[in-house]
Amino acid sequence: MTTKWKRQLLAGPYIIWMIGFILLPILMILFYGMTDSSGSFTLHHMIAIAEPIHRKALLLSLKLALICTGICLLLSYPLAMILNGMHLKRQSFVVFIFVLPMWMNFMLRILAWQLLLSNNGIFNTLLDSLGLPKLQLLNTPSAVVFGMVYDFLPFMILPIYNAMSRIGRDIIDAARDLGANSLQVFVKIILPLTVTGVLSGIVMVFVPALTSFVISDLLGGGKVLLIGNVIEQEFMQSMDWNMGSGLSIVLMGFVIASMAFMNVRGADGEGTAVW
Amino acid sequence: MKRKFLFAAVPLLLAASLAGCGGNDESTEVLTVLNYGKYFDPEALKLFEEETGIKVEYEEYESPEEMYTKYKAGSINYDLLCTSEYMVQKLIDEGEVLEMNFDNIPGYKNIDPAIIDAAVSYDPEHKYTLPFFYGTVGILYNTDEVNDAETESWDVLWDSKYEGKIIMENSVRDCFLVPLKRLGYSLNTTDEGELNEALQMLLEQKPLIYAYFVDETGDEMAAANASLAVAYSGEAAYAQSLADNLAYTVPGEGSNLWIDSWFIPKTCKSQENAEKFLDFLCREDIARMNFDYVYYATPNTAVYENLDEETKSDTTIFPTQKTLDNCEVFVSLDEAGTDLYNRLWKELKSN
Repeated sequence: MTTKWKRQLLAGPYIIWMIGFILLPILMILFYGMTDSSGSFTLHHMIAIAEPIHRKALLLSLKLALICTGICLLLSYPLAMILNGMHLKRQSFVVFIFVLPMWMNFMLRILAWQLLLSNNGIFNTLLDSLGLPKLQLLNTPSAVVFGMVYDFLPFMILPIYNAMSRIGRDIIDAARDLGANSLQVFVKIILPLTVTGVLSGIVMVFVPALTSFVISDLLGGGKVLLIGNVIEQEFMQSMDWNMGSGLSIVLMGFVIASMAFMNVRGADGEGTAVW
Repeated sequence: MKRKFLFAAVPLLLAASLAGCGGNDESTEVLTVLNYGKYFDPEALKLFEEETGIKVEYEEYESPEEMYTKYKAGSINYDLLCTSEYMVQKLIDEGEVLEMNFDNIPGYKNIDPAIIDAAVSYDPEHKYTLPFFYGTVGILYNTDEVNDAETESWDVLWDSKYEGKIIMENSVRDCFLVPLKRLGYSLNTTDEGELNEALQMLLEQKPLIYAYFVDETGDEMAAANASLAVAYSGEAAYAQSLADNLAYTVPGEGSNLWIDSWFIPKTCKSQENAEKFLDFLCREDIARMNFDYVYYATPNTAVYENLDEETKSDTTIFPTQKTLDNCEVFVSLDEAGTDLYNRLWKELKSN
């Protein structure tokens, strides 16, 4: 009995961490979001999401996050298949290469892209030296999507690769023995067995893409206003914590909804989710 | 640079002489100062500590809004703060600022009366503040691509010939002052009609904009990523130090004159020490050190008179009288005004 109690004590630091840095902040956001500046209850700040400006920012965020997730999926799935087909030694090396950029602070990597894509940056200098016209690459919604894809791609590759590497070689051999061609093996064996990986990859890319505001700030040149930017502005510039919190609650709702949707769809899977 | 070395030698000498006195450290007094980033020569701080024996706890911030949040959080009791005029005014209105006793600050006589006068909008009786640096907002442009005559009016920022080559300020009031001045309105207006006109003008301009920047402006202009930028005079001077083909001008329709001032907040533990520090920074040698370090326009006349002619005539740093006459100082907005500006700002950004 006492040893069990002692073991539970080990969770103490984490529980304190959770209460202090996860639970309390969320409660504060809920409190601020549902009250006005005098402290009385109101839903005004949550309903404010319907104002044309906020709605537009939210829709743009959803749109860019969807595009980003789609591109990541299209890039990652074939990549994971190629990776899985490689010799084991080389496999771990390539995975290592994919994880490598994550060792660097993502802000620094986005700042580097800012330099590369700018009007006189490396890409445009290259185009210019080839006699091609320069392109306005930076400070566009496409640049923001590009930055998101660049940042979040590993979060899509890893769970899919993880799910794929768990498929036993003998299952595929058995399918082949029973006369399945490559397409049938893919559709009937590989695809269903990697669905959970795909779903968890989608969540892990979609959620940060939906809520990001730094990438749009740095690569959007202040011209691309996502819902994350609106919330940041409410907190930092307007000092309207109630509005910022109200909008955050709505955004959290979207995040939870997308995760719940993915969980329901992936509930029958084996649980290869890595998060 | 040579000058800096010379000043660096002074504290050493002083330290040596102090060490001779000895026994000076029973209960060291502490002065907690909050200032903009890179806005005070660290050597000068050391000098103050050595001359007075008061230890300086020096803290920095980036935006006036951040300073306000830090101050209001109340976890640190600041003795002395320096910030922009509209934020000082807000704090004066909230009753957070103590009156200065200028008898304890003989160096105050060095401060240019014209700048003290310009402070009338936020400190009408000149009781609360001591100006530190000032400057303007204007157009920083690439002389290879834009000719000087064009920049005499804000109109150039609406010229479709510069599509994708214009940088605007990414902060609400600095951005709106441009169309307001172009339209001939006050940059402190809270009239909804006038501000809506300004918004329409900014929306019309948005397709031409390369980006909305604040701190990046100088580097982006030096890298020639854009041809025209709305910038603070200090940022412009910094950019000019990086590239030769940049020039700065304040358009004829007028602009913003900004003044960063010191004030003593209610949380001050020793007004006497705070005033000692203020007098110290008004002293010619110290003000000169800070001028060399920050390179913004100093309101210290003793420093200005001893500058070489080239620096004096650098109109990027020191605005001409004509420019000053055209400029307005920001006045802090009431809550309704702030809400209106913030709404229009979001409207501009989301379209």
